[in-house]
Parts: sequence; C-alpha cells; structure tokens
Amino acid sequence: MNTQAKFAAALLDPACPCPSGLKTWTGGDPARRFQVYRNNVVASLIDALADTFPVTLELVGDAFFRAMAGVFVRGCPPRSPILAFYGDDFPDFIGSFPPAAGLAYLADVARLEYLRVRAFHAADSMPIGAAELAGVLADESALPGLRLRVHPSLSVLHSRSAVVSLWAAHQGIGSLAQVVPSEPETALVLRHGLEVDVIEVSPAAGECIAAIVEGLPLGAAVARASSIDEAFDPAGVLGLLLQKSAITALIPSRRES
Amino acid sequence: MTKDIPCMQRSGGASVSRVGALPARGGLGLKPEHFQTILEHLPALGFFEIHAENYMVAGGPFHHYLTRIRSHYPLSIHGVGLSIGGAAPPDEAHLDRLAALLERYAPQSFSEHLAWSSHGGAFFNDLLPAPYHAGTLNRVCEHIDRVQERLGRRMLIENPATYVEFVESTLGEGEFITELVRRTGCGLLLDINNVHVSCVNHGRDPHAFIQTLPLAATGQIHLAGFAEDLDADGHPLLIDSHGAPVAEAVWELFRTVVQQLGPLPTLIERDNDIPAFPVLLAEARRAEAVMAALGDMAVTA
Ligand SMILES: [Fe+2]
Repeated sequence: MNTQAKFAAALLDPACPCPSGLKTWTGGDPARRFQVYRNNVVASLIDALADTFPVTLELVGDAFFRAMAGVFVRGCPPRSPILAFYGDDFPDFIGSFPPAAGLAYLADVARLEYLRVRAFHAADSMPIGAAELAGVLADESALPGLRLRVHPSLSVLHSRSAVVSLWAAHQGIGSLAQVVPSEPETALVLRHGLEVDVIEVSPAAGECIAAIVEGLPLGAAVARASSIDEAFDPAGVLGLLLQKSAITALIPSRRES
Repeated sequence: MTKDIPCMQRSGGASVSRVGALPARGGLGLKPEHFQTILEHLPALGFFEIHAENYMVAGGPFHHYLTRIRSHYPLSIHGVGLSIGGAAPPDEAHLDRLAALLERYAPQSFSEHLAWSSHGGAFFNDLLPAPYHAGTLNRVCEHIDRVQERLGRRMLIENPATYVEFVESTLGEGEFITELVRRTGCGLLLDINNVHVSCVNHGRDPHAFIQTLPLAATGQIHLAGFAEDLDADGHPLLIDSHGAPVAEAVWELFRTVVQQLGPLPTLIERDNDIPAFPVLLAEARRAEAVMAALGDMAVTA
C-alpha cells in the first residue's frame, strides 16, 4: 500500500495502527498527532449528519446520536464532496441499528428530515397561475388524461409513525407529550418560496400526489387514491398544490387525430 | 510587489471571461446565517468567499441569496473537495460542477488546497497532508495544470496546516510550493494561520519559514483562529479549527507580510462557532486597518 492508501485506511478504522512513515520534529511518537486527523474526519462527518438530521438527534440525545452516526460514518463515508446530500442511506441504517430498535419512528423521522434537505436545495421552478389551472379544469372531459408537472422539491412520505407530529413538536408546534408515535401519518414535503413546508395529508391524498409525481395522468392518480379511500375527492389536493405554488406545468393528454 | 492577479489567458477556450481581481481589502466567509443581515445592511467589505461544494446544489435559498449578494460584492470561490494533493487526478465530474459554478458567479478568484480529501471513492471532509518529493511534485503540477486548463483560468493554491510530516519527504514545503507556482503559473493563497500552526507543530520559526514561500505570487491572504492541544511529548500542537478569533501571533505575522507585500485581499476565515456578523466584520476591519497603516493603500480594485 502506498502512503496515502495507508493513511486513508487508518482514518476510518480505529483498530488500525497509526500509519508508518510519519515523523515529528521532536522524534516523538506521531500517533497522537495522527489522531487529530482521525478526529477531524469522523467528527466533521458526524457534524454534517447532525446538520441534516437535527430532530433525529433531539429524539435520541447528543451522545446516542453521535455514537450511532460514528458507526455509520466509519462504514459508509461520503462518496461525494457535496456534503449537503450525505446520509441518504442513514435512515435505512437507523432502521437496522439494533440499539435504536425500540424507537420504531426514528428511521422515518430521519427520512422526513432528508426529504426536507432535498427540498431545500431542489431546482427552482416557476408555478402556473390560478387562471391557467382554472382554464384547464373547465374542460371536465379532459381531466382524466391531464398530467401535472410539480415542483422538483415535492415528495410524499407514508409512515406507520406520527412523523409529521413528531417533527412539528420539535419545531415548537404542538406538544410532544400529546403525540402518539404509533399513529400512522403521511407527510407532504415541498419548498414554497424559500421555505420548506412539511404538511400532513390523508393517506389517499398522499397516494394521489405520489402518483402525480410519478407522472401518472390525473384519472389514474385519483383511481389509486380511491383504492385507499372510496370517498377521495381530488379537489382538495389540487387546491393545496395550487396554494403552495407546486404545479409548474399542465400537460394535456395527446388526442388521437 | 504583486497585487494584481490577472486572469490567465489560455488558448484552450477560456470560458470564464476577465473578471478582474479581488480588491486589496478585508473579506469574510459567507455564512447562511448572515445572508439576510448582509443584504439588509450591505456592509462596506472588500469581498465574500464561499466554499464551492456548499453551492453545488440545484436551486433554493443558497443560490437565491448568493445571486443577490454577488450583485453587490466581489466573490472568491474556495474549493475544499478537489483533492489536488492526492494520488488520483482531479475528478472530472467535480471539475465540471466547478466550471458550472464559476460560469454562473464569475468570481474574481478561485482557490484550492495543497492537500487531499478523497481516496478510493471516499470523501474524508478534511485537508490531509501529502509528502513533498519529486514524485508528488510532478503529480500535483499535473493536477493543477488540469484544473487550470479545465476552468480556463489561473488558480491559487493554499499552503496547508499540518500535524505530521513524512519520512519520505525530501523537499521543504516552501520549496515545494515555489516549484508548483513556477511550473504551473498558479498563484499562492497565503494562509498565515496555517503558517503559524504548521511552524509551531513542526518546531520552525514562522518568520523564516514564510520567506521560503513564493510570496510574490500571493493573490490572497487567509487569517483564522486555531485550537491548542499537546502532542504525546507535551509539546504544543495547534489545530487549524477555524473556530476562534485570529490570534495575536497571526496578526503579528500578517503585519510583517503587509509591510513586505503591501495590501492584499485578506479573508477572515471562520467556519465553526460562528459569532454574530458584527464580530466578524470587526476582524475584517482590523485587517483593513493594518493594511491602511502599513501598506501603501494603492487599492487596485
Ligand atoms: Fe485557509
């Protein structure tokens, strides 16, 4: 192994001895000095995860979070220097991290936080106006074939836990004591202006929006939502997306000529 | 005295046009927590510096604010992820992202570190040290050549803060950087805190060491704070933390440099334990006061 390969291997593996070939001006042991690099690497990557997952951290406390993140960092260091998106597989790691097994909601809270970061940095896109939408909605026969393009920041998270309430309680919205963590919730995440919103929607509305994001026409999206809730009415979903400036284009179905 | 950094004119398609040089004044690192304060007050300041990788995102508030701030101030883009001092050539996908960022914001300066941060596909988020000898010199020259060619502009290379040295090194850091500058035409980002930290950590006289660097090629100065530790033998070990005010010993070195080189674009680097904006502004003002008192104040911007 060359100098750099030895150095790199020892950075992430605490069991690895200090690499050979290092020296100090006093002739003393370089191990303690090498330890500075080790600490910098692991601590700065844990800090990057703490920035992305602040509510996850609050839920388990600083010591638990840093220990858990440290295991993750050593096993899955970033593959890119763009640290804003480091940790996309941290929620899955949390879900299979035995010491966190008692906190069934933790992985989904982390998933929600990661979707927020994605939304924060997602591409900008101009919304369509209410008049344009009203014009298209006027032709009811064309609605089932209509496809909506939505803002790149938008995503849906179906959870078996009360992710929205847990997250909101940590923003000072509502009381954590009143949250029942095992209550399933569906989250809609999107950026509206410069702010990322986390909105609880019904499972059927979430299903409809997820289908729209996948590119399904409105008719098929509503059918998917109706399979969850027979009484599903898409008007509320369209109103919400419009109000949040989340509809960026309307693509009518191609008519056979 | 070299104060201007002319944009290098390369035959191979200089996509970034002449955008001039940073002014020989104080500058600050741009932090998201200060975006709104800056736009509200538009403080008198020479320039802002960003870490390139933080802005390699598609859209959203970072680009929203940077676009507005850029319209009022000169900009320095400082990369932390190119791993120029590493064994592998610079990642072409990363160079593409950098080129796009430079195209978008037309910064007056682009700089990177004499260090490595990636190996075998992993990114370590730290500035890691490289040995200094003929082999590594050739390699780093090739990397700088490639970066300057791809970006179509001259870059500055920053002297590192290090905690260990390599048995295999045959060149001094000053010699090594002097050769990099001579062979590639790049400039020097003189980090005076790194000079102080490395000299304490390796038992050198910083005033003597700094004279071994290619000072005439200095395009920008960094001033920062460090943390103090001890090594295994009880000798002081300084850590380049960017988490404290600039130390008096570093101000002292800065005065010497300004006396010798005149005023230069001077950044207060603070990345951790970030204080309120006025605290940082006061440090930038202090740098400007030193330059006003000691330099010839022939501001070039
Ligand atoms: Fe620096």
